[in-house]
Amino acid sequence: MPVATFADFMQQVVTGLASGGVYALLALALVIIHRSTGVINFAQGEMATLSTYVAWALIAHHGWRYWPAFVATLAISFLGGIATHRLVIRPVERGSVLRIVIVTIGLLILINGFVLWQWGGEPQALRSPFGTETYDIGGVVVPAHDIGTIAVALGIVVLLWGLFKFTKVGLALRAVAVNPQEARLVGVRVTWMLALGWGLAATLGAVAGMLTAPTVGLDPQMMQAVLIYAFAAAVLGGIDSPAGAVAGGLMLGVLLNMLSYLTQYDLFDWFSEELRLPMALLVILVVLLVRPSGLFGHPEVKRV
Amino acid sequence: MSPRVTRIVGFAVFAAFVAFVAVLPSFISDFKAQQYAYVGIFLIALLGLNILTGYTGQISLGHGAFMAIGGYTSAILMAGNEQFGGPISGGMKDVWTIPLAGIVAGLVGLAFGPPALRLSGLYLALATFAIAVAMPSAIKRFEEFTGGGSGINLFGTPELTGSATPVEILGRTLTYNDWLYYLCWTIALVAFAAAWLILRGRTGRAFRAVRDSETAAVSSGVSLARYKTLAFGISAAFAGVAGSLYAIASTFVNPDTFPVALSIFLLVGVVVGGLGGLSGLLFGAIFIHFLPLWSQGQDLGSLLPDSVIQGTTIEIPLIGDYVFKGTNVPGGPAIVYGIVLILLMFLIPNGVSGIFHRVGQLVARRRYSRSS
Repeated sequence: MPVATFADFMQQVVTGLASGGVYALLALALVIIHRSTGVINFAQGEMATLSTYVAWALIAHHGWRYWPAFVATLAISFLGGIATHRLVIRPVERGSVLRIVIVTIGLLILINGFVLWQWGGEPQALRSPFGTETYDIGGVVVPAHDIGTIAVALGIVVLLWGLFKFTKVGLALRAVAVNPQEARLVGVRVTWMLALGWGLAATLGAVAGMLTAPTVGLDPQMMQAVLIYAFAAAVLGGIDSPAGAVAGGLMLGVLLNMLSYLTQYDLFDWFSEELRLPMALLVILVVLLVRPSGLFGHPEVKRV
Repeated sequence: MSPRVTRIVGFAVFAAFVAFVAVLPSFISDFKAQQYAYVGIFLIALLGLNILTGYTGQISLGHGAFMAIGGYTSAILMAGNEQFGGPISGGMKDVWTIPLAGIVAGLVGLAFGPPALRLSGLYLALATFAIAVAMPSAIKRFEEFTGGGSGINLFGTPELTGSATPVEILGRTLTYNDWLYYLCWTIALVAFAAAWLILRGRTGRAFRAVRDSETAAVSSGVSLARYKTLAFGISAAFAGVAGSLYAIASTFVNPDTFPVALSIFLLVGVVVGGLGGLSGLLFGAIFIHFLPLWSQGQDLGSLLPDSVIQGTTIEIPLIGDYVFKGTNVPGGPAIVYGIVLILLMFLIPNGVSGIFHRVGQLVARRRYSRSS
């Protein structure tokens, strides 16, 4: 039986934070759309996969360098997100929430089919922009990609926070999330703000996809498991709380990694990779039963 | 139309539909009969899900899991699990396992009710989704009960089920698929009547009160705990019966028989059929069974103009030449399916039941305006 050292422990934490950063980004995308449109966007994962394929195609087929392709993909995803809202979501915005949910499921199937149709099902390789070196920090071996992932995820979160907190657009976005009617009365262009929310979410998804692809390989199903984790992270943090989504994502990443790590001990040998996802959901279920609105969410107060 | 006339028309339409279901196998092939049997199975599951989601307002993304519980209950009672080291020797006739499957799934649903009370909306959706996601892994984990990943095979046990031998019943000899068709549709029609009876009275009113406003329901003396739990139980029992029939019809069960996607497609079927309506669910069932098969048969190329067929080169600024792919490649059916689903949501906002309702309103308005 291996002996756990503090370095081992930190190793797991860092790896967990890297995967958690990706969950956090996608969870943030889900929260932004939920705040503006009131639904869980089931197509969020597939939108991210599509963006990642665009980046890969630019690099592999058209000879672009990584960072220009990265920026171009973000721009394309942003416009794609806005277009998705204008073309597909807006026509069903009035009426039952479940109708929008079904439209996003339709979008999931459609985009998945499109990716398969356009690029085939074989896994493709998207290299990491951070290289393949590893760094030894006080006995903890950390791949450069993990450091890069954490840095990019945190950077994006800070940027987004700044956008929401200090800009006029951010204020308008928050106003629309709180009360669309009153926002319209004071001159906010509500429909465009909603579309902007979809654009931002698609951009976040693109980043999450491009950070995921180097470690798990790019294929049409790449983001499906990540979407479930992100959904769980968003709910864990409280679906109306962006900060909660980030915290939920990071906690979930570390938790999952710890669970996998513990399987080498006799006490936890019943735990297998296959049980990773159900286990994570079980933990979240217990959390939800204690705090029904998530860790950082506010219970909804309704007027009768 | 006065309520009485509406009810008489409703009964007449239902009777006509029963007659249609009864004679249909004489006009269609044996294979088609089996396909329509699956439609009946999905109808049962959708009836159950609509009681929970459409009438009581509780979103479930986990009804495939309740179907799995029903399916496995039937399979284990028929084939036993002694061969995997489990305690049940099996040998029960297929039709007798169906009510038991409903009861087992219903009890699990009831047990799920109280924790679900604390959750609402998306939180409940995640919780039920968790069950659907966990179910295949749980089935693999408890191998001695369920046969693990390879599942339970019922084929080739004619004394139980799952064989192509003709079935003698009520003095007639039916082909196996016709028997399956009648079995599924008899139960589906009974389930339809049961759902109607449950929803028309006090219980149905309480369900709708919970859906429309929990606070108002409580202040009118409707117990949330009681009716939400009841809705979960009834709904799961319907799903269990459907799962049992699904296992009998496909003659085997394994963890992939009831995937996560099934739960999602059941929700799709309910919304396409119409939330809070029963008659439209038939179309929801047809939709979820036949649309995947139909879109498999589509060559996307036939839907596109000639100028964008295979090999066409389009020049895109910055990116360069783009060679358009052939259309008859994997992924095409999914594209068709996705587009049809989205268009349906655009065109029929309240599902097929909504269309029926609208037609009924128009007829009523004409009657009243003529008499006045």
